[in-house]
Amino acid sequence: MAYSDKVIDHYTNPRNVGTLDKSSHKVGTGLVGAPECGDVMRLQIQVDDNNVITDAKFKTFGCGSAIASSSLATEWLKGKSIDDAMKIDNMDIVEELALPPVKIHCSVLAEDAIKAAINDFRVKNGLAPIASEKVHH
Amino acid sequence: MNLPIYLDNNATTPMDPRVLEAMLPYFTNKFGNAASRNHAFGWVAEEAVDYAREQVAKLIGASEKEIIFTSGATESDNLAIKGVFEMYKEKGNHIITTVTEHKAVLDACKHVEKLGGKVTYLPVKEDGLIDLEVLKQAMTPETILVSVMYGNNEIGVIQPIKEISAIAHKNGALFMTDAVQAVGKIPVNVITDGIDLLALSAHKIYGPKGVGALYVRRKGPRVKVTAQMDGGGHERGMRSGTLNVPGIVGLGKACELCLQEMESEAKRLSVLRDKLQNALTQLEESYVNGNVEHRLPHVANISFKYVEGEGLMMAMKDLAVSSGSACTSASLEPSYVLKSLGLSDDLAHSSIRFGLGRFTTEEEVDYAIEVTKKSVTHLRELSPLWEMFKEGIDLNSIEWAEH
Repeated sequence: MAYSDKVIDHYTNPRNVGTLDKSSHKVGTGLVGAPECGDVMRLQIQVDDNNVITDAKFKTFGCGSAIASSSLATEWLKGKSIDDAMKIDNMDIVEELALPPVKIHCSVLAEDAIKAAINDFRVKNGLAPIASEKVHH
Repeated sequence: MNLPIYLDNNATTPMDPRVLEAMLPYFTNKFGNAASRNHAFGWVAEEAVDYAREQVAKLIGASEKEIIFTSGATESDNLAIKGVFEMYKEKGNHIITTVTEHKAVLDACKHVEKLGGKVTYLPVKEDGLIDLEVLKQAMTPETILVSVMYGNNEIGVIQPIKEISAIAHKNGALFMTDAVQAVGKIPVNVITDGIDLLALSAHKIYGPKGVGALYVRRKGPRVKVTAQMDGGGHERGMRSGTLNVPGIVGLGKACELCLQEMESEAKRLSVLRDKLQNALTQLEESYVNGNVEHRLPHVANISFKYVEGEGLMMAMKDLAVSSGSACTSASLEPSYVLKSLGLSDDLAHSSIRFGLGRFTTEEEVDYAIEVTKKSVTHLRELSPLWEMFKEGIDLNSIEWAEH
């Protein structure tokens, strides 16, 4: 299976690889996936006093599409309010990276990681977590 | 050195130019049907097929009359298992095989189960070899066939074939082996190994795709298989269909070359393989899968913990290798062979199979070592699991959200 140019670009030059201080109350961390399934994503956001994401970092164990999906997610997150970030849909990632059907689960994982990071931040700051109503197919 | 480098010789091998040369006349001016008995075109083709039959037989210590040409090892495996089941069903309905067989054997056995047969799938030990005591206990008076692969395609381990065939024969069962990965790479002898049926393929031994053979013993005992295709009764009635003369000539030539070069080639490849393996296992948290003593000379299957195999292969884009990880939504399951060794799923996902071959050079191996080391290191920098491992976090203590 051939990868799209955008997947190769994000895979070869991943953006925003790294680690934020997960103990900070301004940092939200989402850790999703499982080693047994062959992919684990950790996505972190740094949020300012206006609830705007000022920095995002990731580390991913997984295939090229999983790495590219999380790299793209960190690019999209920077500058967004946490409410807008909550609206990022996995299908936007699929479209941007031209993921084939067998790799859609990588985008789902990235969306889950975004939501998990935001909810971690919300809970740390006394806000109720937002339940995802979306059903992935 | 040309890139990319091919290190996936267990999947298929490039054809040796000497094989191609032998085949070429049989596509054009020597095009006859080997079954045409009444003119020179047919005789020429028949002669070529007979010669190839001898070349194949010689490589495995058989007689030429015991070689049935097929379209490849998948057909040979099917013909052997289904054919024995049909032919010997009055005698019994039980077949024993192993969990690490190739799909052609496993799925043929599943077919037999649908027809009312009973199949025992023997587990393997941590090193990939079967436990002979477990085999002995699995034998019943109903057992008609024991089918155990010679060398494994994913990890390269070599089963104790002599001991296994002796157990089968002691209990009155036939012994069959899928020897696709072993034939031409290590000495295989149907007499001393006690083999009654053996499947082999041309394209794994530098021959063409689309041709293989089934060895069917003719003496002590005389083994018969029921044909699985109806037609002109070629190949002693066991496999109908006009013979693929150029392919068969290629298989014969490939076998002849293997016989000539096997000994020196096995030595050369095991030195290169060991060089690769020793260099790569110097990386932290990397493990060789399967028994390293009883192993084909050209294979090394290595797990690089905390790195996912498919992602790793993408980083090593100039290396053609294979991974035990299948990261697709259809199959999130990693290799069933690696899992049967008791490997955890994450280690199975982290595995890479390096398969060296006749045309692999030391320069290529050196390059592969450098690229693999660099890629593993790079991906570990991206891996949250590696970070956790370095921080001393026990990954088993985390509640993962399975998806």
